[in-house]
Amino acid sequence: MNKIRLIIQREYLTRVKKKSFIIMSILGPVLIAAMIILPALLSEWSEGTKKRIAVLDETGLFTGKFKNQDNLEFYSVYNDLNSEKEAALYQRGDLLLYIPLTQLSLPTKAQLFSTKQPGLNVTVYIKSVMKNVIENEKLKAKGIDPEVIKSAKAEIDLATIRVDESGKEKKSYTEVEVGLSIFAGIMIYFFIFMFGAQVLKGVMEEKQNRIVEVIISSVKPFQLMMGKIVGIALVGLTQFMLWILLTGFFLILFQTGAGSDFQESISTLTEQNQMMNQGAPDMTTIDSNKLAMISEIINSIDLKTMVFSFIFYFLGGYLLYASLFAAIGGAVDHDADTQQFMLPVSIPLIFSVMMSGAIVNQPDSSMAFWLSMIPFTSPVTMMMRIPFGVPYWEIGLSATILILGFIGTTWLAGKIYRTGILMYGQKVNYAVMWKWLKQKN
Amino acid sequence: MAIALQTVDVSKTFTNVKALDKVSIEVEEQSIFGLLGPNGAGKTTLIRIINMITAMDEGQVLLNGQPVKQDDIRHIGYLPEERGLYKKMKVGEQAVYLARLKGLSKQDAMKRLKFWFEKFGITSWWNKKVEELSKGMQQKVQFVVTVLHNPKLLIFDEPFSGFDPINVNLLKEEILNLRDKGSTIIFSTHNMASVEELCDHIALINNSKLILSGEIHDIKQQFKSNIFEVVYRSPKELLLNTPPFEVIDKQSKNGEQLAKIRINETSNANELLKNILTQAEVVSFREILPSVNDIFIQEVEKSSNNR
Repeated sequence: MNKIRLIIQREYLTRVKKKSFIIMSILGPVLIAAMIILPALLSEWSEGTKKRIAVLDETGLFTGKFKNQDNLEFYSVYNDLNSEKEAALYQRGDLLLYIPLTQLSLPTKAQLFSTKQPGLNVTVYIKSVMKNVIENEKLKAKGIDPEVIKSAKAEIDLATIRVDESGKEKKSYTEVEVGLSIFAGIMIYFFIFMFGAQVLKGVMEEKQNRIVEVIISSVKPFQLMMGKIVGIALVGLTQFMLWILLTGFFLILFQTGAGSDFQESISTLTEQNQMMNQGAPDMTTIDSNKLAMISEIINSIDLKTMVFSFIFYFLGGYLLYASLFAAIGGAVDHDADTQQFMLPVSIPLIFSVMMSGAIVNQPDSSMAFWLSMIPFTSPVTMMMRIPFGVPYWEIGLSATILILGFIGTTWLAGKIYRTGILMYGQKVNYAVMWKWLKQKN
Repeated sequence: MAIALQTVDVSKTFTNVKALDKVSIEVEEQSIFGLLGPNGAGKTTLIRIINMITAMDEGQVLLNGQPVKQDDIRHIGYLPEERGLYKKMKVGEQAVYLARLKGLSKQDAMKRLKFWFEKFGITSWWNKKVEELSKGMQQKVQFVVTVLHNPKLLIFDEPFSGFDPINVNLLKEEILNLRDKGSTIIFSTHNMASVEELCDHIALINNSKLILSGEIHDIKQQFKSNIFEVVYRSPKELLLNTPPFEVIDKQSKNGEQLAKIRINETSNANELLKNILTQAEVVSFREILPSVNDIFIQEVEKSSNNR
């Protein structure tokens, strides 16, 4: 036991002290934080300068309809298009919106002249205002009071409420769940592969360095294999924890650093989203309940289950695959020989990621169920299903099968490993491995 | 002398290939035991069975009269033929790690390493990465790590491969030193000169079977063919070519003549010498014993042909 601890210690410390580990630990969170911060930041920058837009309206319908916004200022011009274009674009550095005279029944055409790309928020706003005005005009032409339509408009807020077995109701946010589901599935896949590959590399290194026989004259091959697998698992967990902690840290740092600017940019971001989704021209009504909604969304995620199941399925899936990778590393002599064995082993894992679309669409389908039971696919698939809510008995069953699965693969791998590591210069194929499996120690 | 290690009818089959067939050897305490045999004879398999790396199918391995247990391998120092070190790890750090795997405490390992590193004059390597060392340097570190925990039984598989002649000598000295201090040593090699120089006993394995074993002196006696070499001074030819004597080789150099003479069973060395003394002035006279190399080749060929 003491010796296994020594091996784990060495495997862990040599990896954690590596430059690449330290770089990954910092870079990962930076990237994740950037993924969260950057869109907000970008929109803030693009919103930073105020845009002035000259409106040349030949129809006269839009006078006073374009309201000044935070970053947009509208003013009317009346000369011909060419001279106004010259004046607005080149003399004043503004944009020019040209609305030519057309019949009401024809589709309304308008042109927005600009020296630079005007930005999505500008075009979205202009379009929505124009649409509103034209619609109202058309209604008027048919003799219908727009007010009637307005009062008839209904706003639908369809809340999906999931009722669990105990009858407790919970609001669910499908979009959030889909995002979380795919994120969790990809992360599990990524972690299993990244650290599984390290096991493969580590085993091959020992075999190629010819140190393996020196070591197994002190410890049993199985102890060496398990020591390596567990040591690298701890490296993986350390990395995971560091990522969570550092991502949080960076976000907080940014928030305090950027201060209220950040809050503002977040709110403009959500505002824009809303605008694009609904095309609502009414930008002044910022939902005061937004903050409450965000916290409600966060509450709707079962964070505890997510984190615990992530750790469990990472460890389970990793142990299952790492032992197979260790067997491959022990069996082959050269890096090039690993390919033929790596592919069949990784196919189930890749398959489970490929199925992510189907699983997200129907997290309760029987395919999703079975994929989350088979130990080779369950780590990714179950992690994708969990954000949508999975009955505890299913998680329990899948976890049990996974545990049995990795005990099985570890046992098999151990047999191939202990023979393989002492074999040099042998052409290894599946028949040879099968022989090793049957062979007594 | 007490028997330190004994194998009794040890057999091992690897899926249809017989690696060892009822091999029994006895290694005396505080002696050097040479395990000889052509490539693929089963030497390494036997060594791995003794180290409990490979399990035997049949037979017994007794360490000081007791069947060997997993715990016993702490008392064995093993230098495998396929040996190496972690390339990216520092020499000192790595030596401490390997010593601790053998059950030494960290402090103990440091203390002993210091002693050995000073002895070999390699203290300056402590903080170097292994990949910065030459192959010979790595072998030195490897040797230190093998003997560091003062094992009662030392097993060297081809210890001299990869060493330059100077380091081979250093190693030989250390091996003899270790024996004199009480260790029992088994080593397997193709280097027959070193076998004659170091070994007290040898065992010869060919095609998974033990074909010869015993004290090196006894074996040579067993394989001698009553040939004597005499160097003499005489103006004329020796008249010796009649039974019971037979001259099989004759040379002359610097005014001295050399002859190799075979005697048949009816006579002996004394009578040969008496006979020569009447004819010439004898400079030297000695019995020619076969070299281990000759015995090795002869026996391996014989047993291979018999199959």
